Amino acid sequence: MLAEKYPDEIKKILAKYPPERKQSAVMSLLHLAQLEKGFVDRHAMQEIAGICGITETDVAEIIGFYTLYHDKPEGKLRLQVCTDIACALRGADEFLEQLCERLGIRPGETTPDGLVTVEAVMCLAACNKAPVFQVQGPDGISYHENMTVDKAVEFIETARKGVK
Amino acid sequence: MAHLLLRHRDIPDIGKIDIYRKNGGFEALKKAVTQMKPQDVIEAVKASGLRGRGGAGFPTGVKWGFVPNTIWPHYVVANADESEPGTFKDREIMESNPFQFLEGVAIAAYAVGANTAYIYLRGEFWSVAASLDEKIADMEQAGFLGERLFGTDYSLRIYTHLGAGAYICGEETALLESIEGKRGQPRIRPPFPAVYGLYGKPTVVNNVETLTNVPLIIVNGADWYKSLGTADSAGVKIFSLSGHVNKPGNYELPFGTTYRELIYTYGGGVTDGRKVKAILSAGASSAVIVADDKALDTPMDYASVRTLGADLGSASVIVINDSVRMDWVINKTIHFFKHESCGKCTPCRDGTYWMLHLIERIERGEDVEANTKLLHTVAKQMQNKCLCPLGEFSTMAVTTAIERFPADFKASAEGGKHG
Repeated sequence: MLAEKYPDEIKKILAKYPPERKQSAVMSLLHLAQLEKGFVDRHAMQEIAGICGITETDVAEIIGFYTLYHDKPEGKLRLQVCTDIACALRGADEFLEQLCERLGIRPGETTPDGLVTVEAVMCLAACNKAPVFQVQGPDGISYHENMTVDKAVEFIETARKGVK
Repeated sequence: MAHLLLRHRDIPDIGKIDIYRKNGGFEALKKAVTQMKPQDVIEAVKASGLRGRGGAGFPTGVKWGFVPNTIWPHYVVANADESEPGTFKDREIMESNPFQFLEGVAIAAYAVGANTAYIYLRGEFWSVAASLDEKIADMEQAGFLGERLFGTDYSLRIYTHLGAGAYICGEETALLESIEGKRGQPRIRPPFPAVYGLYGKPTVVNNVETLTNVPLIIVNGADWYKSLGTADSAGVKIFSLSGHVNKPGNYELPFGTTYRELIYTYGGGVTDGRKVKAILSAGASSAVIVADDKALDTPMDYASVRTLGADLGSASVIVINDSVRMDWVINKTIHFFKHESCGKCTPCRDGTYWMLHLIERIERGEDVEANTKLLHTVAKQMQNKCLCPLGEFSTMAVTTAIERFPADFKASAEGGKHG
């Protein structure tokens, strides 16, 4: 239950909006619910719907619309590489391809140990520091800029040691 | 000249509240709240000629003046959804000079009589939001936010709201829907947010960079601000420079600086010593500019860029060298808009879908000339029919690339897709 795990965080989120506008809290609550497992399960959806005074379908609609929410488990870390025009001019497509090759997966797939899912994403507002990826995981979202394939692999290896 | 917006480049620790205060921080807010009527603040911003820095370039003071005093409460929302490919200026402001931005939010709120302001950040700016929450707490602690500011009756709270990955939420009505906890789909306008905004109440939505200019105008006056820049484009602008340049980054420059100066003087020239072939002046939403001498010597201000058949927009300048073919460029931009289309209106939802299919056929070499013609027709048909600017923007690079670089769309076109 979110209410038991994050009572203070939920209170803080709700305090941002007028008391009669609890639906506004749905996005922050989804971010919170997703931290632990990397996706929002049915129970969390029901609980969030209850807190916000909306239906489970409304919550599912939000999860479906916004790309940072997930309703299925994938890798513990989602490593998302920007391959939009500005980054692509600085080698982002090749970076993604070579990184996936080193990991033995294709874009969109997860490493066999379930640690990392590598995906291409749209612009991350870091065009001057390409290649760039963000990592979505248990600590939220972090940026990794001016990347090389070696640096990316090193990051993954460090994360792998942390998990064990 | 010392930076006015990117002040952290001259004063390293300006992101700390005591350093910001030592450098004149919050004097503008104090002056506005204690010495000026809200209407005076609006008039000062009107007189300064400040225009919205998010892309549309609408006069900021005029926008504030639209808020009616017959419907309450009012809201101010800072648009920090920065997602245009090629744009990365708001993030630098919020990370490194956050108090000047927050002070701007507070002054805007005072001017339109709002007691609550929200900062809508794209979900990817997770750590920026966490850092802004700390800065907001610092301001509350120091008495610059909260109840009865400076001993007056005016009270203000600022909250951050994190999005979750949707370019469309940079469109102001989609952004408001998103704060309300709904899918970020644009509303039909009118009514405009100034009258019917957040929770159906009068709301001002301004870009981060726009708001960061406001404290300067209040302290130094409208005449000083107008003296920077050009006749129709007052002040300074942050140009986000990316693509094939040796020194990509944000450059704060007066309006009227030329493309040549930006690319060669500041950006260190084109990578690999190649020639610049094309410029996207406003990110992926841009018409494609043929980078000839005339274009390179064009001053970057609202009116001059228009003479090139393009827009200044958010001033995200993507440089493309002569190793690149334009069919590859629009494949990228179409892919982006197809992904980001919210699906609400048919011209954009179906138009971006078909544009993507057509460019993919062209890229596979299937009946290139006929498919190029059809792609151009689809893009033209979408224009002036979409519900919001996203759909319109998705066609800009497509039509202009085909019209201005016809050789790149011949079956015989040779050369690498990019360098």
